[in-house]
Amino acid sequence: MFDNLQEQLDRAFHILKGRGKITEINIAETLKEVRRALLNADVNFKVAKEFTNKIKEKSLGQKVLTSLQPGQLIIKIVHDELVQLMGGQNVGIDFSKTPTVVLIAGLQGSGKTTFSGKLAHFLESKKHKKPLLVAADVYRPAAIEQLKVLGGQIQVPVFTLEESKNPLEITEKALDYGRVHFHDVVIVDTAGRLAVDEVMMKEIKAIHEQIHPDETLFVVDAMTGQDAVNTAKAFNESLNYQGIVLTKLDGDTRGGAALSIRSVVNKPIKFISNGEKLQAIDIFYPERMANRILGMGDVVSLVEKACEQFDEEQAKKLYKKIAKNNFSFDDFLKQIQQIKKMGNMKDLLGMIPGLGKMTKNIDLKEDTFKQTEAIIYSMTLKERKYPKIIDMGRKKRIAKGSGTSIKEVERLLKQFGQMSQLMRQMQTPFGREMLKTMTAHMGNNKT
Amino acid sequence: MSWFKKIFSSEKKEILDKGLQRTKNSFFSKIGRAIAGKTKVDEEVLDRLEEVLISSDVGVNTTLKIINQIEERVARDKYMNVQELHSILREEIGVLLKEPKEEMQSVQPWVIMVVGVNGVGKTTTIGKLAHRFENSGKKVTIGAADTFRAAAVEQLSRWAEKSNAELIKQGQGADPASVAFDALQAAIARQSDVVLIDTAGRLHNKINLMNELSKIQRVMKKLIPEAPHEVLLILDGSTGQNAFEQARAFKFATRISGLTVTKLDGTAKGGMVIGISDQFQIPVKYIGLGEGIEDLLPFDKDAFIASFFDNSSIA
Ligand SMILES: Nc1nc2c(ncn2[C@@H]2O[C@H](COP(=O)(O)OP(=O)(O)OP(=O)(O)O)[C@@H](O)[C@H]2O)c(=O)[nH]1
Ligand SMILES: Nc1nc2c(ncn2[C@@H]2O[C@H](COP(=O)(O)OP(=O)(O)OP(=O)(O)O)[C@@H](O)[C@H]2O)c(=O)[nH]1
Ligand SMILES: [Mg+2]
Ligand SMILES: [Mg+2]
Repeated sequence: MFDNLQEQLDRAFHILKGRGKITEINIAETLKEVRRALLNADVNFKVAKEFTNKIKEKSLGQKVLTSLQPGQLIIKIVHDELVQLMGGQNVGIDFSKTPTVVLIAGLQGSGKTTFSGKLAHFLESKKHKKPLLVAADVYRPAAIEQLKVLGGQIQVPVFTLEESKNPLEITEKALDYGRVHFHDVVIVDTAGRLAVDEVMMKEIKAIHEQIHPDETLFVVDAMTGQDAVNTAKAFNESLNYQGIVLTKLDGDTRGGAALSIRSVVNKPIKFISNGEKLQAIDIFYPERMANRILGMGDVVSLVEKACEQFDEEQAKKLYKKIAKNNFSFDDFLKQIQQIKKMGNMKDLLGMIPGLGKMTKNIDLKEDTFKQTEAIIYSMTLKERKYPKIIDMGRKKRIAKGSGTSIKEVERLLKQFGQMSQLMRQMQTPFGREMLKTMTAHMGNNKT
Repeated sequence: MSWFKKIFSSEKKEILDKGLQRTKNSFFSKIGRAIAGKTKVDEEVLDRLEEVLISSDVGVNTTLKIINQIEERVARDKYMNVQELHSILREEIGVLLKEPKEEMQSVQPWVIMVVGVNGVGKTTTIGKLAHRFENSGKKVTIGAADTFRAAAVEQLSRWAEKSNAELIKQGQGADPASVAFDALQAAIARQSDVVLIDTAGRLHNKINLMNELSKIQRVMKKLIPEAPHEVLLILDGSTGQNAFEQARAFKFATRISGLTVTKLDGTAKGGMVIGISDQFQIPVKYIGLGEGIEDLLPFDKDAFIASFFDNSSIA
C-alpha cells in the first residue's frame, strides 16, 4: 500500500523525463497521479483538488535542472507544500497557568479516554506535573471504570462522581477538587459524540463555557475518511479548539485526514497517539506526517543529509559498484565510515522509501560498527573482495585477529550477504533513481 | 423462515430512515445538482458523480469501476437520461455489494466471533445482537475474550445485564482463547442457542495480535469443530480506505463471514464497504445506527442502495 504512490509517481514521472521545463502539458499526468495518491490516502476530495492546483501553480515554468529529474523536482514541491500545510513545525501546549484545564473531545471510539491517560502520564513523567483526570463520560458503559483503571496504571488520581449523571456537575466539582488538592493540570475526558447530535454538542458546549479550558483538544482517528472535514469543522464551530490529536498512527493508514483537517480548520496537530499502551504518545512532527501521507519515507532529508556528508567521488564510485553488483567488504568498510559521519545507519536506511521494511530485520546498531571494522580489518584484501572464499579456517583466523568469535564473524558475513542483497534490491528503478539523485545533488552542490 | 429473519422482521424502519437521512440528502442533492437541466450523461455529470462517490469514501478504484461501467453503457446506448443513470447506478452498485447468504442456524450453539480494529464498535454490536437474540427467545452466552483493554469486561457485562445474556469471563490479562473455550463449554452445558465472542480491538498490521485471533479460532474448534460459525468484521463507518487493509488482514487471519458497518448515524457514509464487499466477496450483514441497544439493523442491500438513489428525490 505504501509503495503505491511511489509506483504511481514513477509512472507519471516517466512522462516528464527528458523535458527541460515543467509545462501545462507535461505536468497534467503527474498531477493526476498525485491527486489520486492523495485520495487513496483519504485526503478529502476538495482538499486534494486545491492542493494539486497549488502544486501546479508552483511547478509551472520551473526549470528542471539537468541533474535533477523533473519528477524529483515535483516530489520536492509536493513534499514542501505538504509540510507547509501540516503546520511547518510542532506547536506545544502552554502549561504555565495553574491549574491548566484541558478538555478532551471527539467522536465515539476515537481514543479520547486512552489519550487522556497518556497525556497525564506524559505530563507527570516528563514535565513533573501533578495532573488530575476527570471522568465526565456518564454515557458509555464502564467509561468511568476505564479511566479509573488507566489512572491506576500510571498512579494519577481520577476524579469521579459515581452518583452523578450530570457532566456539568462533575466537571464543576472536579475543578474545585483540583484547586484544593494543588493539581496543576486538570484533564477532562468526555463522552464520544457525533457532530450532528445536537443535544450532545450542546452539552459539550456548556461544559466548555463552564470550565473555560485553557486547552481544548479534538481527538481524531487517523484512519478517518472523507468525513473528517465535516466533523473537525463542526467541533471547531462549537468549541474553537486549540489543537488536534491524531490517534492510532501505529496502524498502516496513510492518514490523509490529517491534511484535510489542517486545511479546513487551520488548527495545529499537537500530539499523536501510536499504541494502546499509555507510553505510546508523541508530539507531532509535520514533516513525518507529510511523508507518511505520500507514503515515501523521508526522501528529502535523506537527500539533504547525504549532500552534507557524503563524499561526492566516493558516492559516485559506490553507485557504480552497486550498479555493477560487485560490492565488496572494502566498500562496506568505506560505507560504514561514511555512515558513521551521517548518523544512525538504520535511521538512514529507513529514510529510503521501501527500504524501511527491509532493514527492520537487519541488526545494524551503531556500537556494532567497531567490531565490524575490526573483523574486516582482519581479513586479507582478497577475502574482502571475494567473501565467498572465507572457509572455516579463514573464519578462525579472522576471529582471532579481530578478538571476536567465529560466531560473530559468521554473523557479519551473513549481514554482509543481506546487505548485498539489499543493494541488489536497490537495483530496482526506484533504488537506482535514489542513488542517482543523491549523486546528482552532490554534483550540484559543488558546481 | 430462519430465526434470524424472524428476529429482524420488526425492522426499525424509522432508525434506518433517520440514520441514512443525511447520507441520502447529501448524496441526492449532489447527484440532483449534477444532473439538473441535463438530458444525457455527459463528461461533466460523470465528473460530478465521481466527486459524489469519492466524497462518500467509495475510493478511487471502485469509483472508476462504477464510472467505467456507466461510460460503457452510455457509449453503447448512445443516450442516457437522468432517470436511466439513476437506475443504472443502483444496478451497478448493487452488483458490487454482496448479499448475505441465508444461514442455516440449525446447530446449537451457533458461535459468532466479533473482530475488528480498536474502537469500531465490537462490544456495542455484541450488546445489540444479544438483545435481538434474547428478544426472540434465544438463549445467549457472551464470552469476554477482550482481556486486554481497561474495563473491557465491565463494559461488556453492562451490556450482558441489559440483554439478560449470560457472561463468561476471566480476569484481566487472561488468555482470550481460554475465555472463548470456557464460553463454549458453558453454552453447551446450559444449552444456549447463540454464543457471542467479543475480542480485543487490534490493528490489522500487528502480526502477533492477528495470530492470537487464529489461535482463538483453533481452540474453539476443539469443542465445536465448526466454530466459529460466523466471524463478523466490524468496520467503523467513518473509516476511509484503510478499511480495505483491515478487511484483507482480518480475512487472512480468520474466516470472515460478514461485515457490520457502525456509526452510520453520523455524517460518514460508509462507501468503502461497496469496494470491500466486492473485492473480498464478503456480505454486509448489519449496520449500526446509534449507541442504543436497538440501534442495529440487518443490512438490506436494496434499502441501502435505494436510500442513496431514491427516485422521488431526483428532480
Ligand atoms: N492501536 C491503538 N489503539 C488505540 C490508540 N488510542 C486508543 N486506542 C484504542 O482504541 C480503543 C478506543 O479508545 P478509547 O480511549 O476508549 O476511545 P474513546 O474516544 O474514549 O471512546 P468513547 O469514550 O467510547 O467515545 C481502545 O481499544 C483503545 O485501546 C492508539 O493510538 N493506537
Ligand atoms: N454513534 C454511534 N456510536 C457507536 C455505534 N457503535 C458503537 N458506538 C460507540 O463507539 C464507541 C466504541 O464502541 P465499542 O463497542 O466500545 O468499540 P470496540 O470495538 O468494542 O472497542 P475496543 O474494544 O476498545 O476496540 C462507544 O462509545 C460506542 O458507544 C454506532 O453505531 N453509532
Ligand atoms: Mg472514552
Ligand atoms: Mg470492545
